[in-house]
Amino acid sequence: MQTPLRHITRGRLFWLGLFALTWLLSHYSFQLYKLLDARWIIRFPKALQLKLDTAISDFLNWLVNDAHLGLLTFRDLTRSIASLIEMPYQFLRNLLIEGFQSGLGDSAVQIAPSLSWIAVIATVVAIAHYARDLGLALLVGGCFLYLAVFGQWDSAMITLASVLVAVPIGAAGGLGLGIIAYRHTWFDKLLRPILDLMQTVPVFAYLVPILILFGFGPVAALVATVIYAMPPMIRVTILALKSVPEELVEAGRMMGVTRRQMTWKVLVPTAIPTLMVGVNQVIMLTLNMVIIASMIGAGGLGFDVLASLRKLDIGGGIEAGLAIVVMAIALDRSSQAFSERRMPHPRTGSWLQRHPWTTTVALIVLGTFLLGQVAPAVQSYPDVLKISTGAVWSDAMEWINVNFFDTLETIKTALLKALLLPVKKFFTGIPWLWGIIAVGLIAGRVAGWKLGFMAALMMLFIAASGLWGEAMVTLYLCGVSVFVAILIGTPLGIWAAQKPRAGRIILGVMDTLQTLPSFVYLIPVVMLFRVGDFSAMIAVVLYALAPAVRYAAHGIREVPPQLLEAGRMAGCTPAQLLWRVKLPLATPQLLLGLNQTIMLALSMLVITALVGTRDLGQEVYIALTKANAGQGIVAGLSVAVIAIIADRIVHALSDNQKRRLGL
Amino acid sequence: MNKRVLLDCRHVWKLYGANAETLLANGRKPDADALAEANVIGAVRDVNVQIHQGEIFVIMGLSGSGKSTLVRCLSRLVEPTAGEIQFEGRDLLRASEEELIEIRRKKMGMVFQQFALMPHLTVLENVAFPLEIQGVDRATRCESAQKVIELVGLKGRENYYPRELSGGQQQRVGIARSLVVEPDLWFLDEPFSALDPLIRREMQDEFIRLQNMLRKTIVFITHDFDEAIRLADRIAVMKDGMIEQIATPEDLVQNPATEYVADFTRHVARAKVIRAQSRMEPATAERFAGEVAHDATIEAIADEVERADAPMKVVKDGEVIGQITARAVIDVLVGRG
Ligand SMILES: Nc1ncnc2c1ncn2[C@@H]1O[C@H](COP(=O)(O)OP(=O)(O)OP(=O)(O)O)[C@@H](O)[C@H]1O
Ligand SMILES: [Mg+2]
Repeated sequence: MQTPLRHITRGRLFWLGLFALTWLLSHYSFQLYKLLDARWIIRFPKALQLKLDTAISDFLNWLVNDAHLGLLTFRDLTRSIASLIEMPYQFLRNLLIEGFQSGLGDSAVQIAPSLSWIAVIATVVAIAHYARDLGLALLVGGCFLYLAVFGQWDSAMITLASVLVAVPIGAAGGLGLGIIAYRHTWFDKLLRPILDLMQTVPVFAYLVPILILFGFGPVAALVATVIYAMPPMIRVTILALKSVPEELVEAGRMMGVTRRQMTWKVLVPTAIPTLMVGVNQVIMLTLNMVIIASMIGAGGLGFDVLASLRKLDIGGGIEAGLAIVVMAIALDRSSQAFSERRMPHPRTGSWLQRHPWTTTVALIVLGTFLLGQVAPAVQSYPDVLKISTGAVWSDAMEWINVNFFDTLETIKTALLKALLLPVKKFFTGIPWLWGIIAVGLIAGRVAGWKLGFMAALMMLFIAASGLWGEAMVTLYLCGVSVFVAILIGTPLGIWAAQKPRAGRIILGVMDTLQTLPSFVYLIPVVMLFRVGDFSAMIAVVLYALAPAVRYAAHGIREVPPQLLEAGRMAGCTPAQLLWRVKLPLATPQLLLGLNQTIMLALSMLVITALVGTRDLGQEVYIALTKANAGQGIVAGLSVAVIAIIADRIVHALSDNQKRRLGL
Repeated sequence: MNKRVLLDCRHVWKLYGANAETLLANGRKPDADALAEANVIGAVRDVNVQIHQGEIFVIMGLSGSGKSTLVRCLSRLVEPTAGEIQFEGRDLLRASEEELIEIRRKKMGMVFQQFALMPHLTVLENVAFPLEIQGVDRATRCESAQKVIELVGLKGRENYYPRELSGGQQQRVGIARSLVVEPDLWFLDEPFSALDPLIRREMQDEFIRLQNMLRKTIVFITHDFDEAIRLADRIAVMKDGMIEQIATPEDLVQNPATEYVADFTRHVARAKVIRAQSRMEPATAERFAGEVAHDATIEAIADEVERADAPMKVVKDGEVIGQITARAVIDVLVGRG
């Protein structure tokens, strides 16, 4: 029988019904509350609220002030950790910026100056050449020269010092923990949920307790950085060790290796290329966090950006931002080169002949040290030759704002009216009780009722912590941003997959976008659109675009060629081939891209608190400025809850789709 | 045979799956159906083999028949579920971790199908690696490594990395590496299967040359019957984890113990396997056209015998033990009897 309703299956009915009911409840929640005079409908009852935040704060206070671990207090412990980190950090600062002194205060005597700018550039050039070739050496040298010429040297060296301290600790720690987890299953099982959680808790959330434990300053920033950058290294290590071919392990055992030899002579050396991928991630995450951690006292380029953002100093912000970009590119390209590097054949000859680059660098360091005593320009880049672009950028922005103000404003208002505000109204209107039920129903329908129940419980935690409203704003901003990112990213990805030349450019740009610290994205957005939800959305879209593009391109490219041939033989037009063959087969990949996009969007959203959103991120940011650990952690956990539920639902969708396609 | 037994393996089982041990409790011997019912994979089932000093013992069978698992039980790379293994009179399964390391360092060597070379080490370093593990000083281990590298014909490529070598060359490195510690017992798990047929043949010749020099005790795995016949002193045919028959190549072809073995050997060129002595008759002729060795294969003497106008003498240690006729040779060649 042909009826207009033939498309309405039971599955569709469920989703339609759920949406309609939610919309109705959202739209009329206020009237409902007035009608029934039941305030609990729109507000979680105060009396039932969890007091988790104060409990956490009290616990931390006790930890810092009273806790004893045997002989020493907890404070002694944090102090000793702090001094362990402080020492190498101070040494690097002396080496790169301040020079070495003996004595304190006014009586300090300079023993040796810091490395000259020429020496630093020579060193990075030599390292880049060792990692790949002359081309990379020139790129990296150019990047550092840029920092000197454009007057960002000192801040950049502070940032570099932090990176150089945090990366070895993060990489070695991750390697160690990864090895333990590889060897002992119980440790692996213990570690996994912690790693999962750490990946979803926003960075600001653990800045707060660290701030309380270590005090404001570079050490706290370094601790936070290490904690933030270590988890991927652990994961990569476990993966790398597990993917060492079984035969190689057996070969080792047949040679009679001891356990230690198995690890250090067989597993780790053969896994080095993969492990270096992990190190690259550690470096990039470290840079990202060192910039963010300027909020708790890490100086350097991040601090410059933050200061400019606060003063709305457009030129200064862009200058520091560009310096970060340059540095990110230099660090990323050289550490990537290390993971692709092949063992060269050993050189022959004397030590000097075998190590021409080391020798040259040593000579340059020594030479510039001696010359620097008489010629200050050799020691530090002369001020007169510095080029400041700040004024240029300010003028450019001014010009844009004068000439395009109306256009930008129109775009902004139009999007706000058409998209952001209605969605916001929808999400914030949903009564908390129904919200919990709806999330449970969605998760249950997609991923099984056990997960549905868990998801509902988790949402209840948010409501009971008194953060329902903020969570809904987070959902709305995240939803809108992800929607826009997917809308832009998927076609870009498809295009990249279909046209190799365009693909190389698009994916190259995406790669670079992904290496940039999240902070950088705020700068142009604030300049053009000032503060507010719209700016936040743009920044989130920029930051989260890359995975949407990448996974789409990957999914389309991975479609088996024989299926395409079958499609062509059946007479599909290129458009039909795309819509009927490629896209359906690529859906599992597209969904994984969606998942990544959501995760990145949530992590960026928290950082956009700086441009004045009213979501969970703002809650964490406020907690940070008030050093309220409990508030920060509870709000951070709430973001993690949303991330975890989204992750499970999208994964289940992708699995269902794979099963349907028989992959 | 009265040769010394180097490795003695009795009633060895390896089952994969939950509760594998309980199935074998009290010396029970579950059959294939019982295993399938318990959802257990019987990779090796009730295997008995004795490896004699100085012989080449070939284990052959189709993919999944349990050859690799058996050889890994013999070297204790996997722990057998049940059974007994004696190596030089010592109980291998009760050896402690330290003893096992010692045995493997000094007495066993193994060559792998996919070569299993360390990608970050040069040829020289790879070959010297077992000695490095044992803490031998650099000069000594380079010297020993250099010797075996020459032995396998890779002189001049000491500083290459594995990725820069062909498959055959890589396996030569694998062979050199397993020989550098001068093992008493040498395991080779399908060492030539990953190579092209031509290279495979060349490597087999190379292997025979090496063995004529070294006289090792060898356990060699292959799924290629021709390879087995070329190399083996004795062959064990495996199927579904069990040994169907252990015999010399000639015996296997002439007296297959089971239908499966018969199927397997049916298409073998019998002339390559059968030797003169098994087709001779009492020396009754008045005139002989010449003489052949008792252990020469029919293939090797066919031309000569068929051409001759009289039977030929079969000689063993200088004594005539029988005669062989053109008729007998032709019977083998056309597959009669
Ligand atoms: N770790 C394991 N877990 C479960 N089953 C296993 C394991 N290792 C081997 N098996 C099973 O045991 C059986 C024998 O495997 P084995 O690798 O010994 O065969 P093989 O004769 O060496 O085959 P091939 O010629 O393919 O190497 C196979 O059915 C295999 O699936
Ligand atoms: Mg095998």
